[in-house]
Amino acid sequence: MKITLNGAEREITDGCLEQALRELGYSDAAIATAVNGEFVPKNQRLQIVLNDGDRLEVVAPMQGG
Amino acid sequence: MRVYDAQLQSRLLLGTSRYPSPAVLTEAVKASGADVVTVSLRRESSSDRSGQGFFSIIRSLGVRVLPNTAGCHSVKEAVTTAHMAREVFGTTWIKLEVIGDRTTLQPDVFGLVEAAKILCEDGFQVFPYTTEDLVVADKLLDAGCRVLMPWGAPIGSGQGLNNVSGLRAMRARFQEVPLIVDAGIGVPSHATRALELGMDGVLINTAVARAGDPVGMARAFADAVKAGHAAFVAQPMLPSDVAVPSTPEVGLAHLV
Repeated sequence: MKITLNGAEREITDGCLEQALRELGYSDAAIATAVNGEFVPKNQRLQIVLNDGDRLEVVAPMQGG
Repeated sequence: MRVYDAQLQSRLLLGTSRYPSPAVLTEAVKASGADVVTVSLRRESSSDRSGQGFFSIIRSLGVRVLPNTAGCHSVKEAVTTAHMAREVFGTTWIKLEVIGDRTTLQPDVFGLVEAAKILCEDGFQVFPYTTEDLVVADKLLDAGCRVLMPWGAPIGSGQGLNNVSGLRAMRARFQEVPLIVDAGIGVPSHATRALELGMDGVLINTAVARAGDPVGMARAFADAVKAGHAAFVAQPMLPSDVAVPSTPEVGLAHLV
């Protein structure tokens, strides 16, 4: 299944958001997620199933003013 | 200075962006004496995981973080970013920016009020980046904000305080509300001026980060903020349009 991760196309196996994050290399990272522009809280990552063509945003702390 | 549930020791808040290196950032934060630093959220690459390294540096500093919604141009973007920040940083504080103009980075005050209302109702403690407009300020307070962050000048411009009268009017109108000048301050004298006017604090980033010696500049800003606040407390003299001799004229010898 193809999704868009942070603006770039990625191939992942079918499954929930939690599994996708592990597969994409974000295990144990301090991150927040949004699917198709909607925030997905950490405690809902197991319930959210990704679909072909979904846009996944993964953000983390960064310098800011 | 008390903001929301926190008693802050320093009236200087420091941004964490644009420093020459993480080591300089660390030393600058220490030199500034700031107990609050601003941070943001950006896309994380799973290969370099740069955000994780940055986060561990910030945590090691033992300061409070104030996440921002910088770069957001709509209410939805700002509100979503705030929710993400609350989860990642574990704080209900949010420096709310809804940018309305790409050149001046002036806030979209209509979107700002709307987003502030949504976030305050959702339990956030909102620090709104706003202008010196009193009507907007009133609406932000009605929305639930308990601190206001008027700009001094456009973000990163270093121009100082472009509307001293406007800031003075804000101070007079909202005497019990913490006012923190956010954006546009270029040198320590600008910060001193803000505090002399009765502003409660200043948020500085570029002026420290892009200085030739950021650590030295952080120290200079720390001193400037203390001097400005001490001057405000000591009640500055009123200016006069004409000269007023400081040496007594009584007793002047007749020498002609």
